[in-house]
Amino acid sequence: MSAPSQNAGFLKQATITAVFIAVLWGVDQLLQIGLNPYYVRVVVNCGIAAILALSLNLINGCAGQFSLGHAGFMAVGAYVSATLTTVYPAGEFFQSPLGVGVAITIGGIVAALAGYLVGLPSLRLKGDYLAIVTLGFSEMIRVCFLNIPAVGGARGMNGIPVHSSFFWVYLWAALAWVFFWRLLRSGRGRAILALRDDETAAEAMGVEVSHFKVVSFSLSSAFAGIAGGLFAHYQGFIDPQSFDFSRSVLVVIMVVLGGMGSLSGAVLGAVVVTVLPESLRVFESYRLIIFPLVLILMMLLRPKGILGHREIWEFFPRRAK
Amino acid sequence: MRLSSVFSIFVAISIGVLAGCTGGGASKDEIVFGEYGSMTGSESSFGISTHRGVEMALDEANAKGGFNGKKFKVISYDNQGRSEEAVTAITKLITRDKVPLVIGEVASSRSIAAGAIAQQYKIPMISPASTNPKVTQLGDYIFRVCFIDPFQGKVMAKFAIENLKKTKAAILRDIRSDYSVGLADFFVKEFKAMGGEILVDTAYSTGDIDFKSQLTNIRSKKPEVIFIPGYYTEVGLIARQAKELGLAVPLLGGDGWDSEKLTEIGQDAIVGHYFSNHYSQEDTRPSVQGFIEKYRARYGETPDSMAVLGYDAAVVAVNAVKTAKDLTPASLRDALAATKGVPGVTGEVNLNEHRDAVKSAVVMKVAGPKKYSYVTTINP
Repeated sequence: MSAPSQNAGFLKQATITAVFIAVLWGVDQLLQIGLNPYYVRVVVNCGIAAILALSLNLINGCAGQFSLGHAGFMAVGAYVSATLTTVYPAGEFFQSPLGVGVAITIGGIVAALAGYLVGLPSLRLKGDYLAIVTLGFSEMIRVCFLNIPAVGGARGMNGIPVHSSFFWVYLWAALAWVFFWRLLRSGRGRAILALRDDETAAEAMGVEVSHFKVVSFSLSSAFAGIAGGLFAHYQGFIDPQSFDFSRSVLVVIMVVLGGMGSLSGAVLGAVVVTVLPESLRVFESYRLIIFPLVLILMMLLRPKGILGHREIWEFFPRRAK
Repeated sequence: MRLSSVFSIFVAISIGVLAGCTGGGASKDEIVFGEYGSMTGSESSFGISTHRGVEMALDEANAKGGFNGKKFKVISYDNQGRSEEAVTAITKLITRDKVPLVIGEVASSRSIAAGAIAQQYKIPMISPASTNPKVTQLGDYIFRVCFIDPFQGKVMAKFAIENLKKTKAAILRDIRSDYSVGLADFFVKEFKAMGGEILVDTAYSTGDIDFKSQLTNIRSKKPEVIFIPGYYTEVGLIARQAKELGLAVPLLGGDGWDSEKLTEIGQDAIVGHYFSNHYSQEDTRPSVQGFIEKYRARYGETPDSMAVLGYDAAVVAVNAVKTAKDLTPASLRDALAATKGVPGVTGEVNLNEHRDAVKSAVVMKVAGPKKYSYVTTINP
């Protein structure tokens, strides 16, 4: 490949990125004026759920491991970033939108370290056993925060500066999408996929199984932590109960419902699992009967998830080029 | 079934339901309040009881003719006992259903999370049962119809001095709980102000099992009462160990004692001791007995504190509508701030300048396994 064409490719990508950010910002401004704040909230919640589902998809869908502890990593990101902006060092910088962005990024990095710690036992464990370890780990994290008075204990943390918005959440969601998309199409991504398909064969072919398991756990946790940070700075309030077992299960449902291993499936699953309970609010208490019923029906009709392994555009006939 | 049909089913369901609920909002002959609570989840009894209390109060107001021919109605959303759901629910109530006033929540943490939204949109919110002082400190649109934690400290100080005639007290507080520390501080302040003397002030932590060193220390000082503003688990253990050590003085506490587990853990060691609470079924006043009778007739159950407080919250809301100069949220806020002498179940509801209720509390005596007897009512 010659230098000029590389330059052209870079320019093209930079233009696309700039246009995308501008459009996102424009939509954000339009939403603030035009759309009812309740719907904006649901849309933003969809974005946060999409980041969670995309990241869990890497472990559960692509690497073929079964993690039930995503809420724990989300809690790490949420509490670390919220502590930075609200408790210590707080201050003017961390209260500003830029500082919040920095805090959320740090939260993601700390969550990645936590993911590394959980990734280590996963070298030996598989399937149900790994699920139990991850579940135990996320409960441990939750109980830790429950017992630290500095972060509010059971009462939770309030007064967190609200700086996540549609723009920031969807920017991170887009980043997560691009990151996982490029990863899965790289050599490392292929190695991760090989873990799912046949671990023994992969090892025989020279794939460092343990290395890639830990890598996928860390990367996945990093984005879960970022989702947690965005969540904390969108709600303005967090308590340990927000990160309990049922949230982990919800994220697993998003991935399984959308189709394991499919990025667009994960996003679709996140949207369904977020919007459906909201739209069922009119049924009051019965919504928690109807919602699982719909999920059961969908799984019976599409056992591989809505999209299966495929991406959404693969269902539409390709136009002739 | 093919993908397209599954997908279209999903789209049809969600669009249909979304379209169905967009038709909401107040019609001209109704005044619609919003309510959010934990109708499902581990604290569902809180949300359900509160909702029943609210329903009863509004139906009674409607039976009396409503307001200028308009009927009162409540839109109620479940938050599954989760703060993020509470935030979404209150956003929907305020921006979609456009209610002029919101009732909720029981748990202080969820009231704080959702109250920030109510304050942001300047819609008055009445919490039925959140006792943490921070709730109404969120802003001038947040009210509550229950007493706050510090008040209970005052109640027990008054009870110890005036009813039990004891002037020498020991304190055993849970250092890890805001609730316990706040309660202890206010007890100390009031007890001293009324001429009492604090002989010893010592502490434990939630989850502790052995309290003998603190209790031995307390015994050596010979107090006449011990104030233990903790939760029922530790209190039960403390009572047993106090009895083993031969400490035969009355133990006093707050509503953190109110659980069936208290007598399960404390067994007969806890019998004969006292704690403060919001209401008692054995309160003989006609307003209380009348409410219990009506509630039993309608739901087949004896009302708990949450039902009583839900009822009071709705009564205060109805009163605000009747006394406000118009039905805008700002006018309702002003009317709520001026709430004086509204007849609730447990006496008149008055709101002070901090938007907290100034209400009487009851003192209960542990009478036996899962049984409490009513001792007295302490007025503020």
